Amino acid sequence: MLYLFIEQALNGLQYGLMLFLLAAGLTLVFGIMDLINLAHGSLYMIGAFLAAAFYQWLGSFFPALLLAIIATALIGVILERILYRRLQGMSHLSQVLATFALILIANETIKIIFGAQPLMIGMPESLSGPIELVPDELYYPAYRMLIIGVGLAVALGLYLLVNRTRIGMWMRAGASNPQMAAVMGVRIKPLFTFVFALGAALCALAGALLGPLLAVSVGMGESILIPAFEVIVIGGIGSMRGALVGALLVGMIDTLGRLALTFGLKLVVDSATAATLGPTLASMMVSLLMVCVLFFRPQGLFPARG
Amino acid sequence: MIKKTCIALACSTALAAGSALAADSIKIGMMTTLSGPGAGLGIDIRDGFNLAVKHLGGKIGDLPTELIVADDAQNPETAKQITERFIKRDKVDIATGVVFSNIMLAVGPAFFAAETFYVSANAGPSQYAGADCNPFFFNVAWQNDNLHEAMGKHVQDKGYKKVALVAPNYPAGKDALTGFKRFYQGAVAEEVYTKLGQLDYAAEIAQVRASGADALYIFLPGGMGINFIKQYSQSGMLKKTPLFAPGFSGDEDVVKAVGPAMEGAFNTSHWYREMDNAVNQRFVADFQKDFNRLPTLYASQGYDAAMLIDAAVKAADGKIEDKAALRKALETVKAPTTRGEYHFGNNHYPVQSYYLREVVKNADGSVSNKYVGKVMDKHTDAYAKDCKM
Repeated sequence: MLYLFIEQALNGLQYGLMLFLLAAGLTLVFGIMDLINLAHGSLYMIGAFLAAAFYQWLGSFFPALLLAIIATALIGVILERILYRRLQGMSHLSQVLATFALILIANETIKIIFGAQPLMIGMPESLSGPIELVPDELYYPAYRMLIIGVGLAVALGLYLLVNRTRIGMWMRAGASNPQMAAVMGVRIKPLFTFVFALGAALCALAGALLGPLLAVSVGMGESILIPAFEVIVIGGIGSMRGALVGALLVGMIDTLGRLALTFGLKLVVDSATAATLGPTLASMMVSLLMVCVLFFRPQGLFPARG
Repeated sequence: MIKKTCIALACSTALAAGSALAADSIKIGMMTTLSGPGAGLGIDIRDGFNLAVKHLGGKIGDLPTELIVADDAQNPETAKQITERFIKRDKVDIATGVVFSNIMLAVGPAFFAAETFYVSANAGPSQYAGADCNPFFFNVAWQNDNLHEAMGKHVQDKGYKKVALVAPNYPAGKDALTGFKRFYQGAVAEEVYTKLGQLDYAAEIAQVRASGADALYIFLPGGMGINFIKQYSQSGMLKKTPLFAPGFSGDEDVVKAVGPAMEGAFNTSHWYREMDNAVNQRFVADFQKDFNRLPTLYASQGYDAAMLIDAAVKAADGKIEDKAALRKALETVKAPTTRGEYHFGNNHYPVQSYYLREVVKNADGSVSNKYVGKVMDKHTDAYAKDCKM
């Protein structure tokens, strides 16, 4: 039972860290640029498809990952220049409509280029087996360990970037009061482009890392967009720390909640009913958490604006 | 105005008279899943169906044939809209193609109300096999429980005592585990239902490991199965707790994607590639030639669906407007089939044999399915007795 708990905690950590990569970009764009970007999930999909394409071309995982990140960041820069810059300052409804249209355009474009069938990315051979954490008792897939490692490293990197560098200071200034930051001499437009490209790069990293575990398919962005939004609402919009805490909370509740609920329900009802009811209730728990946060702390757990 | 009405009346009389004559063309609506994680299944059904039409010289029932293909994207809402279009605008004579049972149950009533024959090439929900069976519904493949029943029997015969079960939480998932447990008598170590379309199974695999099961049975068709088996192999479990599956998680689509890790996995099916009959040999050879991949059970079902419709329309002398005659023909006609032989039970589901297959390594290093033996002979589904038609 203890080992099951540890393994599920690792799974929750892995899911949470991947959510963090997406939520970090989303919360920065939302917080700093005051822009609701529904197409954030599409950047994740584009990153995954580019990684799959580069993988087929190069036959090697890590170079493909790197190229996909750079290419997606470039796409982010282009999108910011020609579209998102114009959307800034418009009403949130216009932004939602425009970026929703972008989702449809992205999905159809990918379908035309790559076809409707899911693509596979092969994982590095050396990482395709399990690691024995506790002999004979606890195994964990090596590749998922890598994801956890990369996720933690990126979280640390982002923390240092936001809290220890000049760009990070501008970003924090922009998040708490963009007009004042501009008046104080922060060049806000290049900052926005940088933030957007950073968000796109993080999306691509998540998409490419998850590619070998999940299939790379059209519409994969929408399924992860809702949890990502839940994360930033829970964590507080614009706050990097909030995104990390929110993502880990959501990841843990989703994974451990399923285990705990199914286990708990088995004490009350028969096992078949518990097996059906547990996952259904667990998927509601994240939304319930969000509702509670909105009710008791509408600004989120770690609000960027004081 | 009066004149117009007269013309309309004359037309409708002519139409009514025409119903007794042979139709001059046939329109078939194929709505199937062509995008998303379940796309491989729909694509195989479509390609199998098309190959049969090609073998029939482009004509079903000797009539000029129009095949309308639509993608339901595995979404019941989209499927309902397409069904409306098929019935009201396209006025299809016969519909086919749905892969997933939740979609079949969502669109079935509309087709039945419009008295449009539905020949399912895959989805075989227990509802339509039992109390809710319908004169307009035929399933050319199997009843959902069947392949699972066959595997339940095999796992039971092999002497496993504590099996863990994983299936998606939707009608066919429930049918699957019910079917398995009908013939497997041992203990259930863990029964896990997942979300339909789920792609990450880390949590479920951990649960299976912790349950101490001596074998695992999964029903996860298409992309779900591909992901599960890959992740199961990565977790090191495949070597410790053997995996059993129906043909849906063990056919060439899954084997090709998962690769050598699948070697030694057993699965059950109503069809196998080496079947020794002329129809199947031609189907397998031409499918590989046309599509450059090995056919799956889904492709064989698509092929058989087209062959059944063709044979029935011919047997009814092309009178597709005469519903009673066409139904009689569908029920009784002996259509050419890739699986050697089958016939319909009283609920319009096939009575047929089920076989065991194993994934083996070929001389060139690739892996594919190989026939092992027969598990069930001329098996009738468990719901047929509840069908009063």
